[in-house]
Amino acid sequence: MKRLHRIFLAGTLLLGAAAAPARAELKVLACEAEWAALATAIGGDAVDASSATTGKQDPHRIEARPSLIAKVRNADLLVCTGLDLEAGWLPVLLQQSGNRAIQPGQPGHFLAGTLVKRLDLPSSLDRSQGDLHGGGNPHIQLDPHNIATVAKALAARLAELDGAHAADYNTRLAAFLERWNAAIVRWEASAAPLRGATVVTHHRDMVYLTQWLGMRELGTLEPKPGLEPTSGHLAELVTQLAQEHARMVLRTPYQAERASSWLADRVSIPAVMIPNTVGGSEEATDLFSLFDDIIARLTRALA
Amino acid sequence: MSREIPHLAHAAFAAALAITNMPALAANTEAEQLREELRQTRESLESRIAALEARLAATQAPAAKAPVVERLDQFENRLSAVESMPPPEAPPQPASAMNPQMSLILGGTWARLSENPDDYLLQGFVPAGEEAGPGARGFSLGESEMTLSANVDPLFYGQATFGISAENDIEVEEAFVRSSLPEGFTSRVGRFFSGIGYLNQQHAHGWDFVDAPLVYTAMFGGQYKNEGAELRWLAPLDTFLELGAELGNGRGFPGADTGNGIGAWTLFASAGGDVGESHSWKAGMAWLHADATARSYEEPDLLLEDVSNSTAFSGDSDTWSVQGVWKWAPEGNSHERNLKLQGEYFGRKESGDLVQSNASRGEGLMDYRSTPSGWYLQGVYQFMPAWRLGLRYDSLDSGNSRLSSQDGVLRPAAFPTLAAADPDRSSIMLDWSPTEFSRLRLQFARDASREGQDDDQIYLQYIMSLGAHGAHQF
Repeated sequence: MKRLHRIFLAGTLLLGAAAAPARAELKVLACEAEWAALATAIGGDAVDASSATTGKQDPHRIEARPSLIAKVRNADLLVCTGLDLEAGWLPVLLQQSGNRAIQPGQPGHFLAGTLVKRLDLPSSLDRSQGDLHGGGNPHIQLDPHNIATVAKALAARLAELDGAHAADYNTRLAAFLERWNAAIVRWEASAAPLRGATVVTHHRDMVYLTQWLGMRELGTLEPKPGLEPTSGHLAELVTQLAQEHARMVLRTPYQAERASSWLADRVSIPAVMIPNTVGGSEEATDLFSLFDDIIARLTRALA
Repeated sequence: MSREIPHLAHAAFAAALAITNMPALAANTEAEQLREELRQTRESLESRIAALEARLAATQAPAAKAPVVERLDQFENRLSAVESMPPPEAPPQPASAMNPQMSLILGGTWARLSENPDDYLLQGFVPAGEEAGPGARGFSLGESEMTLSANVDPLFYGQATFGISAENDIEVEEAFVRSSLPEGFTSRVGRFFSGIGYLNQQHAHGWDFVDAPLVYTAMFGGQYKNEGAELRWLAPLDTFLELGAELGNGRGFPGADTGNGIGAWTLFASAGGDVGESHSWKAGMAWLHADATARSYEEPDLLLEDVSNSTAFSGDSDTWSVQGVWKWAPEGNSHERNLKLQGEYFGRKESGDLVQSNASRGEGLMDYRSTPSGWYLQGVYQFMPAWRLGLRYDSLDSGNSRLSSQDGVLRPAAFPTLAAADPDRSSIMLDWSPTEFSRLRLQFARDASREGQDDDQIYLQYIMSLGAHGAHQF
């Protein structure tokens, strides 16, 4: 009987060894496209990075689809914004994935949001104020300085998980940061005319962008965070904008055009679609072209 | 101009602030003030630096550059000094910091039913519990549902859901402990919704209609809860493939108490994936075997009015199901418009003995075989943000029960509930969800559960969700 047990055990182990795939690349699953792009920039060939969402989808509202559960199951590293941005779907994926390596608190669970200085920290939390995020505004990716901060921490995490390629990650990080910092200088120079420009946004998802460029937000199309724009609120906005003129109204690709074009027509200002992550527009194919495109769209609208 | 160092300091400082501040938002006003001052200082310094940078860029004369660079360096130094100030003292962690997450669902309905709900009978089907039926007329408080959940320790996660009914009863809907095992295995022990059906695994507040499909009422008296253990395995593939097995005590319908052993077991498999960016699907099948020992219900007596005869089934009950869900959202953005199609089929085979203590004829023993089945198909379309329209068709077939007397005491006519029937129901609903935390619903249904009598049902329903942000399953 004992022998039978041993044979069984050996057989099981053999099966397990045969079934385990040869690990060539670190599988990185990003919750948002900007982090997948960043992981690719730093990881190069050593990582296989993909994103759970695209630039055309609202990261607040994602279905916990079976395909995503399968992706989380096979991931070595999960890179998400956190700050409750993914609260409606990520917990289900984590629970159903059965993957222990990427659970909160594990090295395979990387959150970008808590690394940077957050804006819109609520002084009180109550849902009558709409869908607030207790940890602060989670749309941190639109300030390129935040991207640089996250890049450093992400490179360190990649090196921790995949020691064999640690040197590669550091080299690529240094190269990325050099290009990135040069690009920031370029973006800040070409965005200089935007300083002080007043804008209205659909949701409070551009605050890091407007703060970075010194633009001023006068209000949002949503009456409260997460609520659909209402005609009453839009009418109030028109009255408000008669007092203080806005230069443009901004929205992301996944926000319906209706409200922003209505307001734009009403007060005769341009309505501008701003890709808020990689893939949000045809031009935004990586992090560099994303910010190139954002600055180009903003300055065009100002002209 | 290098802004690297200040930004590193920034990040460290912000992180420190975040850690210290998050749990006690309102209490920590001093830290708030300090942060606000810092923010203002930073903003003013940044704008002044930017202005200087611009002037520097504009300046052609190299002689003029040197003092400007010097001043900029001074600003840099001051900025880093401000940023490297020690963060405020960490506030004391409240004792409640480790409390489980709590969420509360409040629900209620107003119903107008053309037939008296007290006479409700699902013709042809063994009554599967007391909850069957269209509910009460007029206003009624729905079930208030409270869920508590938290990680127990690094190995275990616990969750409990209590349903508080309008009759002031508290029911444990689910109470389980889950553990993630290596290689994609997950296990649960306790009481939990079984993997026998797609809708079976969702709490009632997540349903797209006021009531459960008729087939759930007929087969499980609502939802099938397993009390026992479960093991699931997610295959290491790019496509979703999950296999699962459950062992349970089998006390819930269609099983009945069998003592020490395992009274019921379930096997299930499901697969799913995406088709392009806009479509996704999930399909599955499941098998449930239950042992029934003296599973009893009441049959009305044919001769005596207001007398019912206790009837008990002992034997095997096997249930199988096939499910499919298809969701569409343009480019995966479900906020504006989306469509969900879903359907499930359940079939059952029961065979064993049926015993009735008949008021007029005494105890009779019958051979019993039956093959009831049923299905539903529903589609829910969100045609604009917050508004959804849904259609559902329910159909049941009691099959032909085979009843033959073993002792010659009773005839099949002594079991009027089991007389063959094929009930159906059509429902239409419209709901409005201003946020993901609230929903108001209007539903109309024509229910032909009772032979030859259509029950026209109108419902108004509210579902409110308080507390922890619930994540939704596919």
